[in-house]
Order: sequence, then C-alpha cells, then structure tokens
Amino acid sequence: MAPIIRAERLELYYGTHPALRGITMDLPANQITALIGPSGCGKSTFLRTLDRMNDLVPTVSIRGRVLYRGEDIYAPGRDVTALRKQIGMVFQKANPFPMSIYDNVAYGPRTHGIRDRGRLDAIVEESLRGAAIWDEVRDRLKKSALGLSGGQQQRLCIARALAVEPDVLLMDEATSALDPISAARIEELILELKQRYTIIMVTHNLQQAARVSDRTAFFLLGEVIEYGPTGQLFSMPRDKRTEEYITGRFG
Amino acid sequence: MRRRRPVETVMSAVFLLCGLVAVAFVLLITVYLVLSGLPAIRQVGLREFLFGTTWASTHATQPQFGILPLILTSIYGTAGAIVLGVPVGFFTAVYLAKAAPAPVAAVVRPAVQLLAGIPSVVYGLVGMTVLVPWVQRTFRLSAGDSLFASIIVLAVMILPSVISVSENALRAVPKEFEEASLALGATRLETYLRVSAPAARSGIATAVVLGVGRAIGEAMAILMVAGNAANMPSLFESVRFLTTGIAIELNYAAVGSLQRMALYSIGLVLFLFILLLNALLGLVLREGVDR
Repeated sequence: MAPIIRAERLELYYGTHPALRGITMDLPANQITALIGPSGCGKSTFLRTLDRMNDLVPTVSIRGRVLYRGEDIYAPGRDVTALRKQIGMVFQKANPFPMSIYDNVAYGPRTHGIRDRGRLDAIVEESLRGAAIWDEVRDRLKKSALGLSGGQQQRLCIARALAVEPDVLLMDEATSALDPISAARIEELILELKQRYTIIMVTHNLQQAARVSDRTAFFLLGEVIEYGPTGQLFSMPRDKRTEEYITGRFG
Repeated sequence: MRRRRPVETVMSAVFLLCGLVAVAFVLLITVYLVLSGLPAIRQVGLREFLFGTTWASTHATQPQFGILPLILTSIYGTAGAIVLGVPVGFFTAVYLAKAAPAPVAAVVRPAVQLLAGIPSVVYGLVGMTVLVPWVQRTFRLSAGDSLFASIIVLAVMILPSVISVSENALRAVPKEFEEASLALGATRLETYLRVSAPAARSGIATAVVLGVGRAIGEAMAILMVAGNAANMPSLFESVRFLTTGIAIELNYAAVGSLQRMALYSIGLVLFLFILLLNALLGLVLREGVDR
C-alpha cells in the first residue's frame, strides 16, 4: 500500500541539540501506527513535525523532507493551515476551549468558512457521534465543555478534530492522562476511526500499542531503531535494544 | 490551640489598624461628601440639579445649577476615550503578549510603562500646545479646545492600563488552547482573536473598567484642553467635565455660598459614578472566577 506520509532523512534540532537524527519512515494509510520509546527519544517531536506544530518553537531547525501524499510539507510557500486541516491532532492533555460543547466542535468548520447553521448542526452531530460521545452530550450542547469529565473532554477533542474532516489523526499520548476505563473507551474509538482515518499515535503504554496498532516504531535517542508490524515487533524484535525496551529492562 | 506569642498579638493588631485606616478614610470621605453635597441639591432640587441644562453658578441675579452638561460631557468623553483607546490598547496587548519579537517587545513594553508614569499635567501641557492647535487647524475651528481634544488626551491616558492588564490576561491563557486552535488549521490571528481573547475576557473587561475609571476621574489634563465652557456636549465645542467643573470654580467660590455647596454636590455625583464602576468591576471579576 502506498504510504500517505513519508519522512525522508528527517533531522530536527532544538538550537544545536539534535532531537531527530535522520528518520526515514513510511506511514501507510488507514492503519494505526504506534510510536513508542523512552521519554525524550523524539517520538512526540517526530509526531509534531508531521503537522508542523514544531514551527511554533522558535529555536527549531529542520532538515530532510516530510511527504504528505507525495508533496513536501516543508516546501517553501506551503499552506500550513491547509495542511493542519488535513492532518489533525489530539493532545496528551484534553484541551477543550472554554466555550460550549457545540462551539468547540464547530470551531474548526467555522474557521474554514462554514457559517450555515444547518450544516454546522449536522457536522457537530456527526463529529460527536464519530467520537462516541453524542449520546452523553446531546442534551447539553450549549453547556460549557469544561463541565465534562476528563475522558469526555478528550473524546470531545477528538470530535473537534474530526469536524474539519481530516485525513490523518495524530494522537500524542491521548489516553495517558485518563483513568483506565476512559482510556479503554478511547482505544475502542481509535479502532473504529481506523476505517476512515490514518492514525499515528505516540504512547508510553506498550500494552496499548500492542492492542491497538497495526505497525509500531521504536524510537531511541532521536532514531528509529526498529519499525514493523506490531505483532512481529513485540513477539520477535530484531534489535536487542527493542527487546530490552519492550521487556521492561529500561525506559 | 497553641497559645499565641505576645509579639504576634501585637503585630496582628498593627496590621488590623493599618487596614482600618484605609476603611476609615473611605468612610470619612463618603460621609463628608454626602453631608456637604446634599444641601445644595436640596436647595436647587434634585431634578433641576441633575437634569438642568444650564450651569450659570456666578450669574448675578439668577444663578442656575443644572449639571446635565457636565454629566453628559463626562459620559461622552469617557465613552469616546474607550472607543478610541480600548481597540488600540487591546491590539497592542495581543501583539505584545503573542506576536512581538523579543527586541520589539523590549522597546514597546517599557514605553507603555513610561506612558503610565507621565503626570497628567504633562499630558495636559502637550495637549494644549500640540493637540489643541492641530485640532483647530485641521477642523478649521475658532478654537481647538474641545470635547474632541479631551477625548484624544483621555484615550492616550487610558492606554497603559488597558494594555498592561489585557496583556497579562492574554499571557495567562493556557498554551494548550492556542495549540488546539492552530492544530485545527486556524491562523495565528484567528487563534488570538477567537480563542485567546475570549479566554481572557474577564481580564480584558477589567482593563476596560479600569480605563473608564481613569478617564472619568481625570481632571488636570482635560482642564487644559477642554475649553471649560459648560455647554451641552458637542464634539468640537468647548466643554466642561464633572471633574473640571469642580476644579475651575473651587478656588473662587465663596465659603458657604450656594455655588460652593453645588461644587460639593458635583463631587458627590462623581463619587457615585465611581462607586457604580467599582460595583461593575466586582461583578466582572466575580464572573471571571465562576468560569
């Protein structure tokens, strides 16, 4: 299957400190790819290069290419807002805006020019259904999103990301701040979303990576040590360091 | 419970005393204003005092004490300063809090602080020597002293507090909100206006109320640019504010005269405006806490 995103010799520096040291990786469409590795290994940094969120850090410099559907997202003149509409992101800490549930989900579509009330209503409902939270919030769409529980807030954030109809969803440890039951619900949701979206998730939870993902990449010190089908990587890792990490000998 | 040491008892009494001093002065001023402000109102009549359109306190035979022109001038002047000053201040705050490169911010921020430190008489002086002649030339008036000139001076004077209070509020907006917005494909400007500013709204509202307080209470600077004729307010006419109304006449109003008492009554009205504003500020802040 053709990769939807391809990183080529991607290097990233915070000032002079290298955070990514030449990463080449194909990310296939409609699959769940998990990025694992110890803290500071560069997996979150890599994830954030895929929708150019690292642009916000002033000292960052990047070399190499990231191709999204064959086009370099770091090419000069590339429309970053259009890219971020295609590639959505869900963060570690649920971060709903301090507005109503409805306005949270409608924020993206409104930003992209949809004003029609009926269309917005439809998008909001569809997105909330897509994030498996519609039944819980349908009666209080006008209430503040901050009144929801942590797990609900995170699903709302997923709904908000879905509302701009992205192609790819990046998830940066999206369940790590949640209780196990809420986390399990989000995992189920991720499996459902796979039908329609390409999902790339960073996780510290190895069981989660093993349960949910199709492919797994093991990051260490800014490099991809091993990348392959999840079952294979967990059952018979080729690299000794991968084996040590997944068996809990470091990290 | 542990027994308190004597030093602590003494110190807590000292602190209490310090706190009471402020309260005592507020009470003293309130009582004084009410007592000295009411007689003239009683003599002139509340309706005539508040809604009379002619202020002719020194008329030899038929003095009139209607302060509606003063009230309206203060309201229009303050509103005008808010309309001009708040947008400029708000956008400056957004720029400083979110967008300004460090070297630019390092110049702009101290400049804003300096603006806050300039004594109001200096604002008046510059207004009188630069702004007023400019207004006169530009709008071909017989005199440049006007409500318009006052509004400009007040707008500049409220800038520092509007900027610094809104900037602090904008800085306190969690980065996560902004990241979420950017990740949805919003531009930085959209993010600041549609996410950061609403999230900082109680702080920004506080900035506006503080600006109103500064503008409505200002006397010295506008005394020098307003022209001070007690006309019903019009943008390019000479006007008199509540504050300047007191300042102008107090030094020649005879003690015990109705004129002098009426000035106290103006003070009382001004005081009520400020009380109202403080109540509003309290309301705004409380709402911020609820959210």
